Amino acid sequence: MKRNAIAFWGASVLFLAAILLSAELVANEYWFFAGYVILQFIVLSVAWTILGGYAGYVNFGTSAFFGVGVYTAVFLVSAVGAPLPVQIAIAAVVGAILGFAVGLLTLRMQGIFFSIATIAITIIIETAVTNWRELGGAAGIQIQRPPVTAPFHTYVQMLVFVQAVLVVISVAIARYMQNSWIGRGLQALRDDELAAECTGVPTLRLKLIACVISGALMCAAGAPAAMYLQYADPASAFNLNYSVSVLAMALIGGTAHWIGPVIGAILLGVTQQVLTVTISSEVNVLVLGVMLVLFVVGAPEGIIGLFKRRRPEGKA
Amino acid sequence: MTSTDTTALPLLRIGALTKRFGGFTALDNVSVDIKPGERFGLIGPNGSGKTTLINCISGAFRTEPSTVVFDGEDITRLPPHVRTRRGIARSFQIPRPFRSMTVIENLMVAADFTSATHLRLTAEDHRDQAVTILQQMGLANKANARVTGLSQVELRKMELARAMATRPKLLISDEAMAGLSGSEVDEVLDLLLKLAGESITIIMIEHIMHAVMRFSERIMCLDAGKIIAIGQPSEVMANARVQEAYLGT
Amino acid sequence: MDLLLEAVVTGVLLGCFYAAVSIGLSVSFGLLDVPQVAHPAFLVMASYGVFFLNDTYDIDPLLSGVLITPLLFVFGLLAYRLYYETFERRGTDAAVRGIAFFFGVAFIIEVLLIMYFGVDQHSVSASYIGRSWRFGGMRIPLRLMVAFGVATGLTLLLSVYLSRTFMGRAIRAVAQDEEAVRLMGANPVHIKQWAFGIATAVLGVAGALLIIVSPVDPTLDRAYIGRTFCVVVMAGLGSMTGTLIAAIILGVAETIVLTLFGASWAPAISFALLLGVLAVRPQGLLGRR
Repeated sequence: MKRNAIAFWGASVLFLAAILLSAELVANEYWFFAGYVILQFIVLSVAWTILGGYAGYVNFGTSAFFGVGVYTAVFLVSAVGAPLPVQIAIAAVVGAILGFAVGLLTLRMQGIFFSIATIAITIIIETAVTNWRELGGAAGIQIQRPPVTAPFHTYVQMLVFVQAVLVVISVAIARYMQNSWIGRGLQALRDDELAAECTGVPTLRLKLIACVISGALMCAAGAPAAMYLQYADPASAFNLNYSVSVLAMALIGGTAHWIGPVIGAILLGVTQQVLTVTISSEVNVLVLGVMLVLFVVGAPEGIIGLFKRRRPEGKA
Repeated sequence: MTSTDTTALPLLRIGALTKRFGGFTALDNVSVDIKPGERFGLIGPNGSGKTTLINCISGAFRTEPSTVVFDGEDITRLPPHVRTRRGIARSFQIPRPFRSMTVIENLMVAADFTSATHLRLTAEDHRDQAVTILQQMGLANKANARVTGLSQVELRKMELARAMATRPKLLISDEAMAGLSGSEVDEVLDLLLKLAGESITIIMIEHIMHAVMRFSERIMCLDAGKIIAIGQPSEVMANARVQEAYLGT
Repeated sequence: MDLLLEAVVTGVLLGCFYAAVSIGLSVSFGLLDVPQVAHPAFLVMASYGVFFLNDTYDIDPLLSGVLITPLLFVFGLLAYRLYYETFERRGTDAAVRGIAFFFGVAFIIEVLLIMYFGVDQHSVSASYIGRSWRFGGMRIPLRLMVAFGVATGLTLLLSVYLSRTFMGRAIRAVAQDEEAVRLMGANPVHIKQWAFGIATAVLGVAGALLIIVSPVDPTLDRAYIGRTFCVVVMAGLGSMTGTLIAAIILGVAETIVLTLFGASWAPAISFALLLGVLAVRPQGLLGRR
């Protein structure tokens, strides 16, 4: 356990250092544009797994949290010109509050009812934002990037580093939860909610904790997207594609361990980037659908499930 | 309360409990006191309200105030997990293990969520406790086995072990012997007899009559949500209404 | 006041149309407990089938809908078989992975439609599209009247099928107690597969109505996730008359909000109603079964 922790934090520091170094070494800006999207999907799918994987509540509201993150940043920039770290921090707080509210409203529902309710919340929030004139309404809103600060050469390089920090934070949280009493409680209620209650697990409270943390991370991951795109509109910020992509990434990687969504996000994220560039964005969505179906049918425990069969008791 | 004779206080008091589902009355004005350390048998034909009563005690169903009083406190407003922490544990008629876990992990859930925080127990302490309980149950060799690979009798024992890991004052065994062979029934029965004692009160729901007779100090028979007999096992068995409602079928 | 009256009348007509597009889901999700989130995608796919026949061979849209019904029936049988073999039979996590599965299927259908037909809206031509009737001060589009008539017929037909025929009764019996059906010697899986086939088959005519009422584009299914699930959940899972009543409530609510607040709030109405019903009475407003 102890050695694992050292390895984990060592790897995290190396990872962040590598990202910083790449700002010096990599000249082609495309790699940062693509890398940003993949890192963003890692945060989102790790965050999704906390509720969707550990607790087994299939959340289709990723795009709601993501979009609220985007628009929190938009609002803070246009209203008070807040700097990026403040945008992200406040987005996380808003996400936590939203997660709490959504959780209270929906976490008593089971199975598909919960899933449908989260879609409903997404559309309702999207509609509200569409009707919010000050934030650009349906037409969207342009955002100006402030000048970039050293050691970064471009703003996107900085955003990549910020998103990489969010990756480390979200993985650290997911990892902590998985190995703590919270993770064990969530796993128990995922297996059998009534049995968990009767074994002393405060199921509603644990689900709320998961929903709050998951929501905060998703909103935080969405906040820098406003600066990344320099533009926000409700139809793209709240697009259901985010929800389904993130769900697919988590399920493809496997949801029993934090490494699952990381693998899934990298695999599907890279594939999508390659396909969008080389073929078309339609094929990209087609591949998403096909891979989702193939994996839920053929590899119910995702990629980590395929490995676990050979090597049981794989815990970090 | 300044009563000196604490043994006279019931551990569990069911007071005029009625439970309806729509127009159907599952429990009709049921009242009973269960003494600390008692071995209590609950019998009755299928659909007579036994499991409904258990669900009302453990908190899966909510009931009217002061119909369920445990250890001197009205617990009708408490959710199931708080009741478990107060000392009510149960097994399920159809076993409900945590399927993605090993046997010992199942018990660790109980230890994690019911141990008193002021004791500052570590994960190792919990594991030791769990191992002790598994040894008591004769499951020590299965500690690291996945529950999906357990036999029926092992699954039943695992459920009882998980319930014991919450360190209950009251253990409710809901047909823990259903579907077991003769020797397995005796095995589980011996376990329950061993567990029962001054600190643990057991309510046993069972259809296997010789097991209930051997186990219980007192038996209550429900039929259509009503108590039709309560008392010494031999008295209850001799009761004409019990024989008609239960044994006659 | 006249405006509001017109909204209510239009709402009732629209509501009956919503009943027609939801009634299949009422069977597959309401009665069979299949998490059929691809239902609206199947619906839009049926609309494109109707568009294809209408555009290529100039066949009347309603007739086209009837013509593709057998194809949809077989498609439904196969879809249920795949779902059953991979999820229900294995048991574990059927709900979680079933939803993901059907969402994946919905996305695949969406993209295939985009790749074949393009992202643009498509509509059909028929003599009753584009004209309208006048009642006093009100103008009711004729196509909405057609949709109303056919939708009511379809809903009643399915209702009668489920309550009067042997197979229909078997379907309801399976929904209530699968074990009992098994004990009577029938195979519940076959009955459910048949029922899922019926639930998909009615999308032929429903899809025709969809494209008669308004132009269709490949991502229209997303708006209908809210509408169809709203109707089915509000109806109380699996109730046919409930479906009709719930659909009318939704139709009226939508047209009233449209009249009072404008079109930009329209997408949220069905979802808000759905969320309200789920939060207050998960078993449905109009009773269960």
